This record gives sequence, structure tokens and C-alpha cells, in this order.
Amino acid sequence: MRVRQMENRAVLTGEHFMNGDIACAEGALAAGCRFFGGYPITPATEVAERMARRLPQVGGIYIQMEDEIASMAALLGASWAGAKAMTSTSGPGFSLMVENIGLGMMIETPCVVVNVMRGGPSTGLPTLVGQADVMQARWGSHGDYGCIALSPSSPQEMFDLTIRAFNLSEQFRQPVIMLADEAVAHMTERVTIPPAREIKLVGRKRPSVAPDEFLPFMPDEDLIPPMPNAGDGYRIHVTGLTHDERGYPAISPEAHEPLVRRLVDKVRLNAHLIVDFEEFRMQDASVAVVSYGCSARVAREAVEMAREQGIAAGLLRLKTIWPFPSKRVRELAAQVKVFVVPEINYGQIDHEVQRCAVGKPVVHVGLMGGRILTPQEIFDAVRKASS
Amino acid sequence: MTKSTGPSVSSELRARREGQGLHPDDAFLRPGRIPHIWCPGCGLGIALTAFVKALQKAKMDLDKTCVVSGIGCTGRIAGYLYLDSYHTTHGRAIPFATGLHLVNPELKVIVFSGDGDIFAIGGNHFIHAARRNMDLLVICVNNFNYGMTGGQSGPTTPVGAFTTTAPYGNYEQPFNLAYLAQACGATYVARWTTFHVYRTRDSMAEAMLKRGFRFIEIISTCPVGFGRPNKIGSGLEQMRYFKERSVVKHGIDAREAHLTMGGEIIVGKFVDDERPTFLDMYREQVEQKVAQSGGEEA
Amino acid sequence: MRPRGLPVDAKNQKRPAGEVHIIPERCKGCCFCIEFCPKKVLEQSPEFNYHGYHPPRVSNPDACVQCSMCEMICPEFAIFTTAARSGPAESQEMQSPPSGEGDARSSDGE
Repeated sequence: MRVRQMENRAVLTGEHFMNGDIACAEGALAAGCRFFGGYPITPATEVAERMARRLPQVGGIYIQMEDEIASMAALLGASWAGAKAMTSTSGPGFSLMVENIGLGMMIETPCVVVNVMRGGPSTGLPTLVGQADVMQARWGSHGDYGCIALSPSSPQEMFDLTIRAFNLSEQFRQPVIMLADEAVAHMTERVTIPPAREIKLVGRKRPSVAPDEFLPFMPDEDLIPPMPNAGDGYRIHVTGLTHDERGYPAISPEAHEPLVRRLVDKVRLNAHLIVDFEEFRMQDASVAVVSYGCSARVAREAVEMAREQGIAAGLLRLKTIWPFPSKRVRELAAQVKVFVVPEINYGQIDHEVQRCAVGKPVVHVGLMGGRILTPQEIFDAVRKASS
Repeated sequence: MTKSTGPSVSSELRARREGQGLHPDDAFLRPGRIPHIWCPGCGLGIALTAFVKALQKAKMDLDKTCVVSGIGCTGRIAGYLYLDSYHTTHGRAIPFATGLHLVNPELKVIVFSGDGDIFAIGGNHFIHAARRNMDLLVICVNNFNYGMTGGQSGPTTPVGAFTTTAPYGNYEQPFNLAYLAQACGATYVARWTTFHVYRTRDSMAEAMLKRGFRFIEIISTCPVGFGRPNKIGSGLEQMRYFKERSVVKHGIDAREAHLTMGGEIIVGKFVDDERPTFLDMYREQVEQKVAQSGGEEA
Repeated sequence: MRPRGLPVDAKNQKRPAGEVHIIPERCKGCCFCIEFCPKKVLEQSPEFNYHGYHPPRVSNPDACVQCSMCEMICPEFAIFTTAARSGPAESQEMQSPPSGEGDARSSDGE
């Protein structure tokens, strides 16, 4: 690879007052990302602009592709050549990328896709916040596959979770989605970037046998096969068709069954390694507020307001949206009386909470898009739910 | 669970590498994949043969040569070649290949796909890669229809031809692929038919050793998808047509190389050129500046 | 008298002698090799291979000059030429597994 050893330039150690999109780009560079293929789209364009400027400084390469479909395809090719690769987009672009995300899932290719959510559907509200792409991240591409999607609530998390996204994509050999939203992406806050040596990075598993012995889609015990680079002499075949362990097309139910099960189980059975959330005042809560992204920041304030009024509210803030923390929500369902789900959509994570709420009522607090919820709006719902 | 064929595949591979396949070119093909899925009389096997011969003629490093294909009969070619090969989504072979190439420019990346894949759904990617002079070789097998799905019209279907989606005859103007490639700035443009086996091999070998965005169109027989609905008969009839009606015109303006149903087939090498590639420009404009300025931070 | 158009050293030139090797089980009966062989070395065999096609057979072995046209034009990797061994040129039929091999077993369409 053409990467020159410029690691000290890749990690801007120090205290910064940084915009969320910029923090995301810096997180990617700190994680070792050396390829960005993207297309401008509000509110994610700043990620691309930052990468265009910074990648050449660290021996990486930026290319502005002709559309989002090409961007996603280029990411997969870049990853197969050995690079950590990323793109950033918003709803309309993500919709275009969805087919090739499916290819990335099928051929088990690590890469990171940042979706800075804005008001949808369609062109919607290009400059204003939304959170309505959550279900699309999980189910957007056709067929069954496992999804990993992270949700940052601050510019600091735009940095930290992008690094985690790369690590998860390398470990699980699949595209990982950063489900950011316009409010967090365009927010400017303190971001602490640690020294490079303190940043734990994960690389993909490499083959340990010679090319003649290697079966590219024969998984190890953890359901993940090792991945060679193009040009390493393994001469493997990679196809989006259903394939056997040799990687050759195998169009039959007998081949499809174990392959697709494994793609889903790779994430499902390892969910405990992936799921990440933060709880605030949940120990004695009787109202559980479940939220993510910018809405979670507002929800926290609403929980504090509720506590001041004597309402035992608590916050479960999702840092991974997918896999959904079903286990934790079921546990909370035994403890609380009601769930309140504030999100900037007509009900998406709301459905997941309902699924796991085990008979407890779930109250959705939603806006269709265009602004963040106010603490008062969430507090009103919490107060009403608790009575 | 799918039967693992590990030991037999690897021992066959070793045997092939030592020259013990049934056919001398078996060493370039994945074991157990021949006979391939293409119809009797299909020209894709010929394109594959010419490609394998070209790899040998150009003395390509087989560990560093990658093939990327899309969806369609031609797209299946990636599955037969014993190289790092990537069978991607419909129309998206070129951007995938771009990612491979940019991360590791030592790789020789070849896109091998069909007329519908590259020029209908993939058209936008073709023109931009050509515009940028991305260092890729694109080999397009043109059979004038969408063969894999049963013979529908495509962007190169000639006026008057019958396909399953043009049951009254095609009334859309087709692309002249060589002209399109020339117009978009390809540095090498050639067209041959699957009858021109030696010239196809030689064009491929020549293009493999060049730089820049190179394009080779190979007009192919398609007895089932195109031949039958147009009463051309078997693959052999189509090959006879290629032999009798082809005219070699090297160096002409590809605009003049328009194809019509029943007309002559103008073949040859139309463009053989040099201009800075994407990475040449990138290095000159960006990398040098970054190196000189010492890299500013924010 | 030397016929017009022949090189002066024509008598000293050796015509190459080739040998055709056929893998009949791979053949799909397209007849390209038979049709386009410039020396008419091949004809269609009345025999069937496993898949029901008539592979070629060598009918005129001495005429083969190892031009390799058959090898180049066969879509199936089913025929190739080598230099003839000394002695009468013979055709070779090579066995390949008749069934179960190959990608063509499965049916699929994209």
C-alpha cells in the first residue's frame, strides 16, 4: 500500500473545539482510514471536505465519485485492496448506497458508512435534522443480513464512535453504519483527541495458511473468515451471488442456508460484544426514556426536570442502535411502569422498544423533522406517562 | 452444510500450476468450473480464451492482476479466471475497480463486463472513469442484448432488431461504443469480434501493457439471446457473418464505426494515445503540494 | 521451372506439423473449430459426448500445421494443438470427468 508512515499527522492529539462532522473525519483518520470515496450532500459534506484536505497529508487518497452508488462500490474495492475505507452521506445518498451495502454484507467487506440524518423522505429538509433513517439502516438492503449501527450524541462521540465503527467493521468484516444526525454533526463542542498510542485499533483477520490451502469463505469459530488483500497471491473469487466456502457461485438452497444464517448470526450471536448504551438514573426509575443521537441530549435534560418534580425517570441512551439492546430493554421492562421514546420521526426505535417491552406501555414522542425536540416536550410526555 | 472441497481443490490447483491440467490454459482457470454456463456457440468462451492467451503474451503477474465484473453473461467471466476476481453489482464494476486501483496502484485492474452492464446501468461510471483517465482496462463484450435474463433490448441493440422487450422491432438508436469511449477520452479504443481471435488477443495484450483508461469492445455471437429472435441461426452463422462482413479500419474516427443490423462491422484499433492518468494528476497537484507545504493541520 | 511467387528457398522450408488434442466431454458442438480450420483437419464426429453433443474428430491429421486456430476459436477449452511428434501425426482424445463437473450443472439467471 502507498501509505506513508505519517501516523503522528493522522492523530491530532489535544483539546479541540470541533464541529461534529470534522470530528468524525478526524476519528476516521485516527482509526487508520486511508480511503474516502464520497459525494457532497448536506449535512455530511464537511466530512468529505475535511477528508479531501487531510487524507493526502497522511498518505491516503480522497476521490469524489460521480454518485453515491459509485462511492459505495469504490469503498468495497478499496477495502479489498487492503485499506480502511469510509464515506459520508445523508438520507438520499444512503438510499442510493443501499444496494452496494448489501454487496458489502454478502462479500463481507469492512468499511464505514456515515449517514448524517436529515429530514426526509426524499429531498425533504436538506439542512435540518431528522432521525428517520433508523429502520432503513437495519433493513434497507434486500435480503437478510446483520446490521451494526452506532449513534453518536456529541462531537466527541462523532470522533470516538467512528473509531469504534472501524474496529467493529474490521472485526466483523462488514459495513458498519454511523447513524449520526444533522444536529450533532453541525454542533461544535470540545473534542479531546488522545495520543495515538492510547487508541486501540482492530485490523481484519488475515489468512494463516498458504493460498493453495485457503478457502476464503470458510469461517472460523467466531463465524468470521480471514480476509486476504487483492494482490497477496491468494487469487480468490468474490461474488455477490450465493457462494460456497471456495467463494464460487453456488445457486442452491443448500448453499444459501448456511451462508445467510452465518451473515446474520455473525452479528446476532455476538451482539453482547457490540451493544453499547449509557444509563442515567435508571437504577430506581419507573419511567424509562429510551433515546439516541441529539434527542438523547434533550431527553437527559427532561429526565432531570422530571426528577426535580419527583418523577422517577431515567434515561437509556443508545450508543449502538443496531443490534438493538433487546436484552437490556426486556430487563428494564420488568422494572419500570412505562417507556417513553423521543425521536425525530413518526416511530422507528419506538417499534423496537414495543417489541421488547413485554406488555409495558410505550409512549412515542415524535417530530417529523426540522428541529430538535424540546426538554419541555419530552418532560410533558414523561409526566403524563408516569401518572 | 455445503460440502467442503478443500483438499481436492488445492491439490488440483497445485497440479494445474505444475502444468498438469487437461488443457494448457487450465492453469489460468478455476478448477472444476469447466464446462462453463455459456450457451453452445456463445462467444464469451472465445473472449475468455483470448484473454488467457493475452495474459501469457503480455507476461502479466498473475498475483497482481485483478478482474472485476458486473452482472450478466459476461460478468460470469470473473468466476472462471484464476486471479483475484470480483463479481460485483450490476453496473458497478468500474467504481469497484477504481477503489481497488487507487489503494494499490501496483495492481493491474481489468474490468470485464457486458454492454448492458457497462453502458446502461453502468454508463455514468464509464464516462467518469474515462474522463478522469483512470488507469483501468475495460473489456466490453457486446452481444447487442441482455443475454442472461433471456434476450431483452440493451443500449447497443441495433434499430430493427427483435428482442423480448422489442417484440415489434427495436426503434431506439443504439450507442456506438467505440465512439463513446473515444469521446470520453479513453487512451486506447479497439473493436474486434469473436471471430478475430488473434487480433483480440493481441489488442488485449497491448492494452494490458498500456496506461490510462483503455477500452476494447468485442462483438460476440449470442445464438440464444440475439441470434434466434433475429433468425440469424446458430453461433456458427453469426461467426460466418463476422468473418464476411467485418472490415478492418485502423485509426479511423470511431464516429464512423457505427453498426447497423445487416451492415458491415467496422473493426480495428481506433485510438492509441497517452495522457496523464488520474493518479499522475493527483500526484502532481496534490501530493507534491502537500509534501512541499509540510502538511498544514486544520 | 520454379513456379511464380514461390520464395527462392522454398525447397528448404519445412512445413510445420501439428497434432490436435481434443477433450470431447467439454465440447458443446458449436462447430467453430471444424469450420474455421484453414486446412480442413477436423470433421464432426458421429459419436455423442456425455452431454449429447457431437465433438470434432481429426479426419486429416497430416494437414495440421499447428496454426492453433482451433485452440483460439474454441469457446470451451476443449481443443488445442502441439507440435507433432516425429512419426505419423495422431490425434489425441483426452478424458475428462463426464458428469458432475463444471459450472454448467446449475441453472440460474440474473
